Amino acid sequence: MGKTLAEKVWDDHLVARGEDGAPDLLYIDLHLLHEVTSPQAFDGLRMAGRPVRRPDLTIATEDHNTPTLAIDRPIADLTSRTQIETLRRNAQEFGVRLHSLGDVEQGIVHVVGPQLGLTMPGITVVCGDSHTSTHGAFGAMAFGIGTSEVEHVLATQTLPLKPFKTMAVTVEGELRPGVTAKDIILAVIAQIGTGGGQGYVLEYRGSAIRSLSMEGRMTICNMSIEAGARAGMVAPDETTYGYLKGRPHAPEGADWDAAVEYWNTLATDDDAVFDAEIFLDANTLEPFVTWGTNPGQGASLSDSVPNPADIADANERAAAERALEYMDIAAGTPLKDIHVDAVFMGSCTNSRIEDLRAFASIIEGQTKAEGVRVMVVPGSARVRLQAEAEGLDKIITAFGAEWRFAGCSMCLGMNPDQLAPGERCASTSNRNFEGRQGKGGRTHLVSPLVAAATAIRGTLSSPWDLAQESASSAPVPSLQGGGR
Amino acid sequence: MDRFTRFTGLAAPLRRSNVDTDQIIPANFLKRVTKTGFEDALFYGWRQDPDFVLNRPEYQGASVLVAGSDFGTGSSREHAVWALRDFGFRAVLSPRFGDIFRGNSGKQGLLAGQVSEEDAERLWAAIEAQPGVGVTIDLVERVATLGDLSVPFDIDDYTRWRLIEGLDDIGLTLRDEPRITEFESRRESWRPKTLPVK
Ligand code: SF4
Repeated sequence: MGKTLAEKVWDDHLVARGEDGAPDLLYIDLHLLHEVTSPQAFDGLRMAGRPVRRPDLTIATEDHNTPTLAIDRPIADLTSRTQIETLRRNAQEFGVRLHSLGDVEQGIVHVVGPQLGLTMPGITVVCGDSHTSTHGAFGAMAFGIGTSEVEHVLATQTLPLKPFKTMAVTVEGELRPGVTAKDIILAVIAQIGTGGGQGYVLEYRGSAIRSLSMEGRMTICNMSIEAGARAGMVAPDETTYGYLKGRPHAPEGADWDAAVEYWNTLATDDDAVFDAEIFLDANTLEPFVTWGTNPGQGASLSDSVPNPADIADANERAAAERALEYMDIAAGTPLKDIHVDAVFMGSCTNSRIEDLRAFASIIEGQTKAEGVRVMVVPGSARVRLQAEAEGLDKIITAFGAEWRFAGCSMCLGMNPDQLAPGERCASTSNRNFEGRQGKGGRTHLVSPLVAAATAIRGTLSSPWDLAQESASSAPVPSLQGGGR
Repeated sequence: MDRFTRFTGLAAPLRRSNVDTDQIIPANFLKRVTKTGFEDALFYGWRQDPDFVLNRPEYQGASVLVAGSDFGTGSSREHAVWALRDFGFRAVLSPRFGDIFRGNSGKQGLLAGQVSEEDAERLWAAIEAQPGVGVTIDLVERVATLGDLSVPFDIDDYTRWRLIEGLDDIGLTLRDEPRITEFESRRESWRPKTLPVK
């Protein structure tokens, strides 16, 4: 019987296969660190007198706590500042490469790895962060770990792990203009639920996935964790190689050839068997948004907020009732009637250059809705530079939006960028949990294109609504990019 | 991690059941960036009360905690074990432990031994009758002794073995060091390296 992509990568990293129910010992190719989950891991090493085994396979960046304005001034919040200063001290003491605030390679850890060409097919990647699943877009086995595991990897470059189960997520068909990778993954999570992927590695397959750019694939793999999965993966292909080639850490010359030869063997064998399979039709997919307080509570933008009374499962019904109360929206409200106070364009889900291009393509020449705060936060300092080289910052500021420095920003309430209690936000991030973007804040997860159209109209909208409004048969504004 | 075979120390009776990890260490201490120095955080709420058992002079320097049933339930925070360890505890005896807490204890070198309800009562009575008399914890024999009272405790074979050998998770993996090195020697040159910066 053949093997799946996930099984191939797993097997190629076995230092020791566990016997009698013991876990396998897996080698880790790339270990990413940030300031929140690493301090106690380093402290543990210090207590035990252990070094970092492979500083040359380890890299750190500052992202969760960093401000996105006035980045040259000391960080005001004491906890944030301590975490960042601790990372700086640890990186120096243990010889780990660190990209600090102000450095051209600084940014969200899951944007920095791929951008440097460190993330590549067929490797294992871990980070003390659940959205490490992002890197699976390259055909890597990438997953989040806890702080004790961070210490374990620092000390041994390995992890004891039980194998994951495999699930095929097949998305066939062609996305319509205005429908993006974000809509695919929100629809997948709505279909299988936030626990549907538990214990699995999801492998995204099918023609719709094949036609996505690397940015789009990263958006999808990023949110695998929101379906409860350990990881998400896409088999590498020419799109992957095209993205990787020439990046600072990508292999060169004979190494590149040897790598590609190996990478071409990674795709799931025709006779391999997945533990579970689901299907999604890309042809009929519409822009998708969430109405509730978990990423599985979503619907097509043309739908209305569901009535909890119609939900059969008692737990889900109770969750929906509670969510609507928190979100302060009534059942049956058309999603397009929901007004927002803020739009957040950023996070490791959607803050790469292609996402910013897609956003800018919609807002260009428009003005933002009155009273709506619009914040655009690039995923890394490099993305910011690239956007400025392309003039996107001018489009963004002319529109009336704020153009910020790189970081996690309003994805989570750990830095100064937060929603006020009761504020409602259309956000391109990945979690709409209660208070995630600031205490009492309300989050609707959306794609960059929906974020842009919403910023123009002030209510949840897609570019389709803009096109209709212009009352002519003129084509929808350029809908290239956006992870298509 | 130190090897754990047999030791004698003062015991403190914590006559409470359902002590969850929030009570062992409240959430506001989780913002710290160190893995040590949590002794002041242990049972923070209760220690504001001068009569709380750990504040009493006769139990100063205690290294064995005898608690009621369901000790360490609730949130999975490893900090609960760190706080107990930093305070000076090397062993906790209880009729039942929260699963995650028990797992975390074994990994951090804190012995979590299970005793019967009756034996917990007997231990409490004996400790209170003769404060200042040490308890001997014998992990090899799985017995706790105080004066003429001897009670058996339970701990799974694997955790016991690890404690006796003084192996934390990392120590355990490092027993496979030669295999890790051998794996590294076969690692292809195209695989990523973060250093040096090009
Ligand atoms: S952008 Fe959000 S999800 Fe991504 S790493 Fe930062 S906090 Fe986590």
